[in-house]
Amino acid sequence: MNDDIVARIESNPKFHQFVQKRNSYGIIMSILMIFAYYGYILLIAFNKEWLATKLAPGMVTSIGIPLGVGVIVFTIILTNIYIRRANTEFDDLNAQILKEANKK
Amino acid sequence: MISQSTRKILFATAGLLATGGVLAAGADLGNTTKQATNWVAIAMFVVFVAITLGITKWAAARTKTAADFYTAGGGITGFQNGLAIAGDYMSAASFLGISGLVFANGFDGLIFSIGWLVGWPVITFLMAERLRNLGKFTFADVAAYRFAQTPMRTFAATGSLVVVAFYMIAQMVGAGQLIKVLFGLEYTVAVIIVGVLMMCYVLFGGMTATTWVQIIKAIMLLTGATFMALAVLWKFGFNPEALFAKAVEIHSKHDAIMSPGVLIKDPVSAISVGMALMFGTAGLPHILMRFFTVPSAKEARKSVGWATTWIGYFYILTFIIGFGAIVMLTQSPELYYVDGDLAKGLKGGGNMAAVHLSNAVGGNLFLGFISAVAFATILAVVAGLTLSGASAVSHDLYATVLKHGNADSASELRVSRITTICLGIVAVFLGIAFEKENVAYMVMLAFVIACSANFPILFMSVLWKDCTTKGAVAGGIVGLVSSVVLTILSASVWEAVLKNPKGSAWFPYSSPAIFSMTAAFVVIYIVSKMDNSKQAQLERSLYPAQRVRSETGVGAASASGH
Repeated sequence: MNDDIVARIESNPKFHQFVQKRNSYGIIMSILMIFAYYGYILLIAFNKEWLATKLAPGMVTSIGIPLGVGVIVFTIILTNIYIRRANTEFDDLNAQILKEANKK
Repeated sequence: MISQSTRKILFATAGLLATGGVLAAGADLGNTTKQATNWVAIAMFVVFVAITLGITKWAAARTKTAADFYTAGGGITGFQNGLAIAGDYMSAASFLGISGLVFANGFDGLIFSIGWLVGWPVITFLMAERLRNLGKFTFADVAAYRFAQTPMRTFAATGSLVVVAFYMIAQMVGAGQLIKVLFGLEYTVAVIIVGVLMMCYVLFGGMTATTWVQIIKAIMLLTGATFMALAVLWKFGFNPEALFAKAVEIHSKHDAIMSPGVLIKDPVSAISVGMALMFGTAGLPHILMRFFTVPSAKEARKSVGWATTWIGYFYILTFIIGFGAIVMLTQSPELYYVDGDLAKGLKGGGNMAAVHLSNAVGGNLFLGFISAVAFATILAVVAGLTLSGASAVSHDLYATVLKHGNADSASELRVSRITTICLGIVAVFLGIAFEKENVAYMVMLAFVIACSANFPILFMSVLWKDCTTKGAVAGGIVGLVSSVVLTILSASVWEAVLKNPKGSAWFPYSSPAIFSMTAAFVVIYIVSKMDNSKQAQLERSLYPAQRVRSETGVGAASASGH
């Protein structure tokens, strides 16, 4: 491993901005996920009746079912949104930082 | 049959077991009865074995170095790895167990599915990329990156092996029971076949063969499940409401299958089980290992994106399949129920819902296909487990701890292969030894240990500057020991296995994760803070360089290893 490159990256303020930006994005996404999942679980623990309410009078499907499938779909979408941004914007920033470190 | 089988929950316990045995009925692979030999299923399975052994032969020619063995030379693409991760993670228990649970209880099956999925975003947002950037072959590479190698590796390898052992026993016992009922083979014969095949894949084909077995299995499972779900929906004009209406009309519990039942009782258990699943996934060694098979952090991210998508999609399918089974199987009780009597339950046990449904929608040929898929599923999972166990021994314990990093690739490879044989033999013996035992708690315990021992040390060593060897090892040990002790003291072991009277369990919740994981983090924090030794100062001084590498990938192990 090239210590010079590491030192140059370390001293580049862009690196710290980049890490800060990506990490806070990751943390926000994690909080959203935790909120959705534990929210659903706690809803089941504390308010089964509401989840069992029918979507509309005369229907059998309860609110809890689309909501539960919704948590699964939300998980998939959230993950892919993060990956899309990480693979484009963040990777570009990363490449730029590496390029600057190699150039000097 | 159901009440008997509640005592033998296998994997379902890993779901949200707020109430111990009650909900287990549906997701139980134990206590099966041997069925007539199913030749179509066996023929299909033989074709699968022939193809995978062919791949193993091809992979064997490419498995020359330790890097090939552990990571397929790092040449797997993100898409392929995503499928392989899905193949590694979607066990027979989640396919048959969850659809069986939906068949028995309706709504509650959905809660399981969600729980099994939510660990993946955590891996994506916090771990995948850093793992790829810091590690080479095992997660211990990452956890021990800037730490004293001997204690850290020894602990991480122990954590891996313990998780692998519990996961493996549950898989082997489940395999024996399942194959007995699907193929009409003897339990012992089934366990030996699984053991021998998995040894062949791993021994000769290493990660390359294991990956392709997992990919093929994932494709077969997703195709089969998609076909079944479409067949069910097609019958109801693609209107879920019509499907649910019919199910409510027919099911003995009627409208209760549309609402959450007994699965979640007290909020502490609910949160605790949720934590074990969410953070445990990010500490499973056989899953973490898959991130080293791709060439870059970008591909690692792509693989976890695909894996999450496939696994989530699959869980939605199992829900539809479970409801399809309610509707279609009860219409022909003479075919699918014991003595044709609805009250006596499904032939072969509650987990056979999806299998019987395959017969109902696609006849004997499709039944054979789905049975072969179930067998392939187990093989793919145990091969992944064996490989990660072997790498913990050969890479972490032998090459790094014993030989201080001076082992050459050839001898490391030899040790991995010897370990693979040993693990295979041990797995077969344990599978046979635990045939009649209650192994319900084991998968859950594997998740609890993964989230209380492996995940905290990984997380803190990568993200917290002040973490030291002493802190990480102390916290990891606390997490490991408290997981095991509290699980023994909980109802799933204290009452269900040790046969103490009901209600006598010391630990009142279904999972210790909320306590054991917290304890691990607290101990890592306190011990690291108090550690001011020279070694600790050195470790802290190495953090900035580790951070640069983990965030940017500078100096990350190249595709071919070095």
